[in-house]
Amino acid sequence: MSDSAATSPQHSVSASLTPSAGAELIRRVRTNSEYVAIPVFALIVAAIAFGIFLLAIGKSPLDFIDYVWRGGFGTAFSLQNTLQRSAPLILTALCVAIPARIGLIIIGGEGALVLGGFAAAAVSLPLVGGGVPAWLTLPLMFVVAAFVGAIWIAIAGYLKYARGVNETISSLLLTYIGIAIMNFFVEGVLRDLSNPNKPSTKPIGDAYMVGKIPGTDVHWGLLVGIMLAIGLQILMTRTTFGFAARVTGGNYRAALAQGLPVGKIIVACTMIAGACAGIAGFYEVAAIQGRANASLAAGYGFTGILISFLARHNPVAIVPVSILFGGLVAAGGLVQRRMGLPDATVQVLEGLIFIVLLMSETLYGRFAIFRPEAPKERT
Amino acid sequence: MNASLTIVLVAMLGGAIRVSTPFMFVALGECLTEKSGRVNLGLEGTLVMGAMVAYATSYHTGSPWAGVLMAGVAGAFLGAMHGGICSLPKVNDVAVGIAMMLFGTGVAFFFGKPYIQPTAPRLSSIPLGGFTDDLNLKSALDVNPLFFVGIAVALLMAWAFANTRWGLIVRTVGDSAAAAKAMGISVDFVRFLSTALGGFLAGIGGAFLSLSYPGSWNQGLSSGQGLMAVALVIFARWSPTRCVLAALLFGAAGALGPSLQSVGITQGYYFFNAAPYILTLVIMIATSSATRSSRDMPGELSMAK
Repeated sequence: MSDSAATSPQHSVSASLTPSAGAELIRRVRTNSEYVAIPVFALIVAAIAFGIFLLAIGKSPLDFIDYVWRGGFGTAFSLQNTLQRSAPLILTALCVAIPARIGLIIIGGEGALVLGGFAAAAVSLPLVGGGVPAWLTLPLMFVVAAFVGAIWIAIAGYLKYARGVNETISSLLLTYIGIAIMNFFVEGVLRDLSNPNKPSTKPIGDAYMVGKIPGTDVHWGLLVGIMLAIGLQILMTRTTFGFAARVTGGNYRAALAQGLPVGKIIVACTMIAGACAGIAGFYEVAAIQGRANASLAAGYGFTGILISFLARHNPVAIVPVSILFGGLVAAGGLVQRRMGLPDATVQVLEGLIFIVLLMSETLYGRFAIFRPEAPKERT
Repeated sequence: MNASLTIVLVAMLGGAIRVSTPFMFVALGECLTEKSGRVNLGLEGTLVMGAMVAYATSYHTGSPWAGVLMAGVAGAFLGAMHGGICSLPKVNDVAVGIAMMLFGTGVAFFFGKPYIQPTAPRLSSIPLGGFTDDLNLKSALDVNPLFFVGIAVALLMAWAFANTRWGLIVRTVGDSAAAAKAMGISVDFVRFLSTALGGFLAGIGGAFLSLSYPGSWNQGLSSGQGLMAVALVIFARWSPTRCVLAALLFGAAGALGPSLQSVGITQGYYFFNAAPYILTLVIMIATSSATRSSRDMPGELSMAK
């Protein structure tokens, strides 16, 4: 920021702010476009590498692109399916992005999603049974899911702050524990005995399902996800809290020395993160599955990690990236069936993208085009 | 009552030996990598990959030991990927580990699909229970040779860290990259080798999963053992011999659920299944500290900063 202050005084005196403001804008666009260009470049390189992989096993990369397009974006039906799947991806990616701002790598979104969804289903059982109306039941389920998710990820945040426990490992351990807790109840006391096929809770019933956004076949979770992404972007960049959080992430000791309530900031950020993943669980139960069972652990939490890294932990950028990956996930079934590929194909592609993306971190600051010269200082 | 307690304890002894072996190999591999100053969280993926490659090799060649070797090679390959990528400037080793975890499991499931059905020859174990007539004890003492290989590797590593030039180089690189550079050591190359060799060991751990216990290949084979082993290294304070003891403890915790099932206690099965994860978390809480890092922690580890 010292560059702009150093612009020669003639400009400001002659009141011709426009050219210098224009130059400043171009400079900022050029600097910031690096954060778009390099991830896009990484995506392309990963796609080429995956194409070579497909050729090597005797499949056509063009077919793959064609099926992903048809299964994920090509028709109104597939596009709506994609948007439906991008809702949990946005929310679980936010679960990675917000802690990343304070320097924590949290990979436990899957667990918060599963437990949040399960808690929502569990709390709905007596309410639905007691005939409590949907307009009261659904918000209650929503709050409970968000709260349970928040607590779950906040455990990792609190342990990091209070005990120095590595949050990456602890959050993934919590995921396994969370899934075990759900299995314990779903196969035990809360099992719906009238459904012999798959251990599940009792269905919440059609009357209690979350509706679709009018005119579409997409549930409200998508809109909630987008609103949360925008809201969290504002929170992290435009508020005192966000500033304090970024200071904590940028320099932990400086934040402590400044007297910032570091512990509260860490717990608050991890609670927000967990709440997002919990809400994803709520929509998976109340809008898609209608009950809690093992299909809640569908891997959205893990794809969310990749999405957040691709979006450089920027909440708003998460939305388009999630839609892209929602399409990939939605097309997964079609690709498998038509090309005879195993269901892990999408996971291979995701892993490849993740690796190339992290390799591309080394490119930042190496290209002059993104580093316009700062205005010369007066001699 | 006493009889069933004995059964549970004997089953846990046998379970501890069986379940601990993959923990041991992954922990030893991670121990080597972390001693050189890097964390490889991707060993979960390496473990699954090793399991798949071992099973496939054993199926095709009919020799389970060839499977063990190939699992090690595949693990070394994944480790080399991690080590190579992390040698690039500004690349975060923890994040690369997460990516390698997804990639390794993805590739293993992708190529492993045709091997879920067929049966491959498994590693035979050494019956050490010849002296007893107790069938439970007999089966508990059917020990896989890899268990002893793991202990030998641990002893060798402990000796090498303390007494050899290579051990000194790895420790120097892990404690102070600047000092290592001043000595004319290529820090990145030593870390590359340590990660690749660590991957080799983790791959062998995977071979044990598919070729001995549980002894089949499927997608649910490993759920977090690789990651728990990483936490176990912290608990073992970067000592190979303590890694073996910690692995045995984890093995016993992992054997708790099945042991109780063997005497008919099936309630809370899922909670007992979660016991290793909870134990890991509790151990991490007990052994970490917010204010100081462990005295034995290699100084270059990103966790230490």
